[in-house]
Amino acid sequence: MIGRLLKRLSIAEVLLALSVLVLVVVVAVPVFLIFWTALFVDGSMNIDDIVKILSEPDTYEALKNSIVIAAGVTVCSTILGVFFAWLVSRTDLPFKNTMKLLFLVPFMLPSFIGALAWKMLLSPYSGYINKFLMNTFDLADPPFDIFTLWGIIAVETMYLFPFVFIQVSGALERMDPTLEESARISGAGLLTITRRITLPLMLPSIGAGALLVALYSLAHFGVPAILGNEVGIYIIPTKIYEKLHQSAGSFTAIRTGTILASILVISAGLILWAQSAILKSGRFQVIAGKSMRPMLLKLRGLKYPLLLVSVIYLAVTVLLPTATIFLVGGLKTYGLELTMENMTLDNLKYILFEWQMTKDSIWNSFYLSLAAAFVTMLVGTLISYVIVKMKIRGKFILEFLGVLPFSVPGTVIALGVILTWSGKFGINIYNTAWIIFVAYIARYMAFSLKSNSAALEQVHDSLEEAARACGATHWQALKDIVIPLIKPGMVAAFFLIFLPALRELTTSVLLYGPTTRTIGVAIYTLNEDGETVYAATLASVALVIIVIGHFLIKRVTRTSNEGV
Amino acid sequence: MSYVHLKNVTKRFGDVVAVNNLTMEIEKGECFSMLGPSGCGKTTTLRMIAGFEDLDEGEIAVGERVFSSSAKRYYLPPEKRDFGMVFQAFAVWPHLNVFDNVAFPLQIRNLSRADIAERAKLALRHTGLDKYERSYPNELSSGQKQRIALARAIAINPTVMLLDEPLSNLDPKLREEMRFEIKDLQRKFGFTIIFVTHDQSEAMALSDRILVMRDGVVQQVDSPINIYTKPANRFIFSFIGLSNFLPVVFRNGSAFIEGAEDAGPIAGTIPADRGNDRMLLACRPSEIDLQKDGGVRALVKRKVYLGDIIDYRVMVGDTEVRVQKSRRSPSFSEGESCCLRFSQMHWYPHEDS
Repeated sequence: MIGRLLKRLSIAEVLLALSVLVLVVVVAVPVFLIFWTALFVDGSMNIDDIVKILSEPDTYEALKNSIVIAAGVTVCSTILGVFFAWLVSRTDLPFKNTMKLLFLVPFMLPSFIGALAWKMLLSPYSGYINKFLMNTFDLADPPFDIFTLWGIIAVETMYLFPFVFIQVSGALERMDPTLEESARISGAGLLTITRRITLPLMLPSIGAGALLVALYSLAHFGVPAILGNEVGIYIIPTKIYEKLHQSAGSFTAIRTGTILASILVISAGLILWAQSAILKSGRFQVIAGKSMRPMLLKLRGLKYPLLLVSVIYLAVTVLLPTATIFLVGGLKTYGLELTMENMTLDNLKYILFEWQMTKDSIWNSFYLSLAAAFVTMLVGTLISYVIVKMKIRGKFILEFLGVLPFSVPGTVIALGVILTWSGKFGINIYNTAWIIFVAYIARYMAFSLKSNSAALEQVHDSLEEAARACGATHWQALKDIVIPLIKPGMVAAFFLIFLPALRELTTSVLLYGPTTRTIGVAIYTLNEDGETVYAATLASVALVIIVIGHFLIKRVTRTSNEGV
Repeated sequence: MSYVHLKNVTKRFGDVVAVNNLTMEIEKGECFSMLGPSGCGKTTTLRMIAGFEDLDEGEIAVGERVFSSSAKRYYLPPEKRDFGMVFQAFAVWPHLNVFDNVAFPLQIRNLSRADIAERAKLALRHTGLDKYERSYPNELSSGQKQRIALARAIAINPTVMLLDEPLSNLDPKLREEMRFEIKDLQRKFGFTIIFVTHDQSEAMALSDRILVMRDGVVQQVDSPINIYTKPANRFIFSFIGLSNFLPVVFRNGSAFIEGAEDAGPIAGTIPADRGNDRMLLACRPSEIDLQKDGGVRALVKRKVYLGDIIDYRVMVGDTEVRVQKSRRSPSFSEGESCCLRFSQMHWYPHEDS
């Protein structure tokens, strides 16, 4: 009977059904359950209760902080990102190409490790910089306090501004230079052109980058958790974490969590909608024609001072925190002076070979990331293929479901999988590695869809049709024509998932059990337990792994691109 | 009295000499085109005149005033040159409406609001855009976008108008229409046009004089008719219009197509300087007559109707000759023998010698 049914279904319908099934189970059900739990108590809608929970002082405070931090980070990142993008693509700054690569390095650094470093440098009484300044200038009070809203905003900005930088410098490079040249021949000087032509034309890219920053900082767990939790500054994701942890999974805590999570999903959805609306409006189409070299502003006397500013900025935001992590990670005890006599390799030996918890965390992160990246890449290829290439009824459901992963923040996914997979539907994988695996698939599906659909859109329909015309079956055409052509996109998708999953914290921190800590979770809990030195040692191990990973990807993607 | 002067201008990009020792004089009110294949240096020359590129050697002056000079290390920036310029990719600003696009150069010059409105509207009227003042470029067709660019360039009433392949992004029909409009605008406003194109028919239709360039070197500067009928060298001959190149040998004061001496001699004047008794005969397909008898004997190999014209490939021995005749002239069929008579002949040295 099943055999006959299968025969009657075309391959297209089977693919569609499969893609819908995966998206529904992995993404739609968890999100639906969050909204359901938030809105309904005992089967009936309960709005009053939602208002009551939101007006409780601690949830209200978290909402307010979320907005302040997201706004602050967005504004600061936009200013920094636009300025540096302009500097490397529209001026004669020396070593421009090197600087451009260096400005992307903050992306590589996990921001919660950055936060950890800044805590060591700038916490009021024990931070190294504060101590140094107090001793040198005989101050009674520490000059800096990182445990504030401003501290959180500053640290997040350091690691999120590349979003704006990438968008804007890319747009500046792709922009048709004759748009500026025609203003110049019309009589406008460089300043007028920047103000009246270039900046307005860059607005959509600036807006898109800024909204991306807003989205990330709204949903981000690591930095506010490390810098805020100790002093009672909470934002939505950290509040959800706190509620869940304090109450050991009680219903009221979960309900508060789902209400906050719903707010996150809705704001994320709105942000993404605004972004696509901005990018779609054709009024700002600036890519065209033959490309000539754009004109560059001669910085003259400011050339080297501005280079110095950029170098110092990178040294402070990248080198200083990284060095701090490595140095503190090698200390015999936290609080000692950073001198050679106080250094030891025992910490490293201990966390790599002796301590079961840290050993587990490294292993967990590795196999979870590998498995999630592989599965998500394959499923994403399938779904993208149906969305981009197939013309069948019912596709709109998939198109709708396909947008969903983009707007679901990590905290929300964690909460959703808890609701879905802790026995409600007969499967209980809570406290196992499986729940993290499922959550990772949901979390990174968006990356896979993006990369795979981009690759598929490059493959013109006629290529597949030509194969069919030559007598290949649908399946043969896929196997021999489409898949070889989109392989670079698939490889990219794999790494786009593998690397961030390796350093993941936001989702796994809500899902870990006694033996399923990931590296991120292990660093975070070590820091929370006051094991600052071990946290730093593990963080330095993580940094080394990440740098090696990036290096490998560069080589692999380069060779796979040459193949095509 | 010439108006735009380029004197011994040279421009290098790394090891490549983009423009090599170029000297040209353009009259006031003239329509002057620079023609050549892509990469020949014509656009670079225009960009040097506009001021977007500096010079490695030489000098550019307009009227009495030096604009660029490598010797004096002086460059007037493009925004101070008061030129109008139209680019291939239109370069209309997508965030400004049609009126603001055209008003921009006037606003830069700090004219009064009333002046700006008046002059922008005049420019819009002359380009047929008065209805679209408040539209945005993305709502308009590519022809209208190019009109915005034209209106913007004439708004300041420039003395020199630089056109960088302004018609290449338009479809063929629109292209012809715009040629006439540009010519009309020039008559009304009296500006000098310096026009860059790789399309010979465009250059022919618009220009008073054409400069043909190749690999950064000037090949010929002349009127369109002379460029067509008296090309200075083989390159120009083949670049302008369709062409046959036939290897020819001389025997006893007569010229024969090489390898087909038994087909008979070529009638007409034979050049005095015959090189090594071998030369290349160049002629246009339309300037060869097909006859029943009298001339070089040939065989019709292929015949194709191109609407008004019939396109023949005929064989003289092993040499293929292309002939184009009007539909109304006597017709030959494939496989029929015929005789060729060359009415316009150009002689160039043989490739081997």
